[in-house]
Amino acid sequence: MAMNPMEQFAIRPLVPLHIGGYDVSFTNQSLWMVIVIGAITLFMALAVSKRSLVPSRMQSMAEISYEFVANMIGTAAGEDGLRFFPFVFTLFMFVLFSNFLGLLPGSFTVTSQIAVTFSLAAFVIAMVIVVGFARHGIGFLKLFVPHAPIYLLILLVPIEFISFMTRPISLSVRLFANMLAGHTLLKVFASFVISLGGASLIWLKPLAIAPFFLIVAITALELLVAFLQAYVFAILTCIYINEGLHLHDHH
Amino acid sequence: MELPAAQMIGAGLACIALGGAGIGIGNVFGSYLQGALRNPGAAASQTTNLLLGFALCEATGLFGLVIALIILYAK
Repeated sequence: MAMNPMEQFAIRPLVPLHIGGYDVSFTNQSLWMVIVIGAITLFMALAVSKRSLVPSRMQSMAEISYEFVANMIGTAAGEDGLRFFPFVFTLFMFVLFSNFLGLLPGSFTVTSQIAVTFSLAAFVIAMVIVVGFARHGIGFLKLFVPHAPIYLLILLVPIEFISFMTRPISLSVRLFANMLAGHTLLKVFASFVISLGGASLIWLKPLAIAPFFLIVAITALELLVAFLQAYVFAILTCIYINEGLHLHDHH
Repeated sequence: MELPAAQMIGAGLACIALGGAGIGIGNVFGSYLQGALRNPGAAASQTTNLLLGFALCEATGLFGLVIALIILYAK
């Protein structure tokens, strides 16, 4: 039976388009990014369309997500980190919605593509560097010099520098690997159901119910992971922004 | 050795990373429970740190899984 668990991550062009030798086709990946953005916009627009002092269910969901991200930035990056609220909120909602929409059967998980997560992570780190240099000038380089005796600095400065430069990699691979692993696991167990249900021995067929219930359990776990990874992505962004703003001084 | 066989062995070896992730996640939750049972008042305020530590630990194991998949599906 040809069931490749990696097939779900294949990118297929829906509207082939080539400009100047580059493949810029509108793919299922692009389609699902549009759907994710559309879903977020629809959710936020519907939630605040009928504003009331006593919020409706939709409105309180929007308010909870707003307060959640605002508290996260406040605790991780301080009061002046709140200027980055629109950025972090957009990032959080995009990752959260693409993780959740990717769990729908037959859908495509945008965040299971390393190209997407690395673009997001590289943008975060580039922004931290720009903010750091704009705020501290050349003093931003003090980020790589921890408080330590001078003979230890020879060792510590390269370590700090490497750990800073590998952040976009770890930030992107963490999200990408979690999504990839979860969805592969679901498909592997789904193929167990099919191969057990189609077994030639008749007494093997009812056993297919066991991996089916495992899929239900794993889907519940994946819902947790989907939220947790969006949260981790956002809070690490806040921590990095905090370092760009305050170096090692605060928090 | 044939390439597919070597790929299988390599992917299996890459899964050793899961051992480290298991130790890490056990440590995170074990230490949290120890601290929470000693000082239940402070437990609720540390759940975000708990989840953060869990997610960071889990991700290191998944790095190994990514390596395994790259080895398995490399042409």
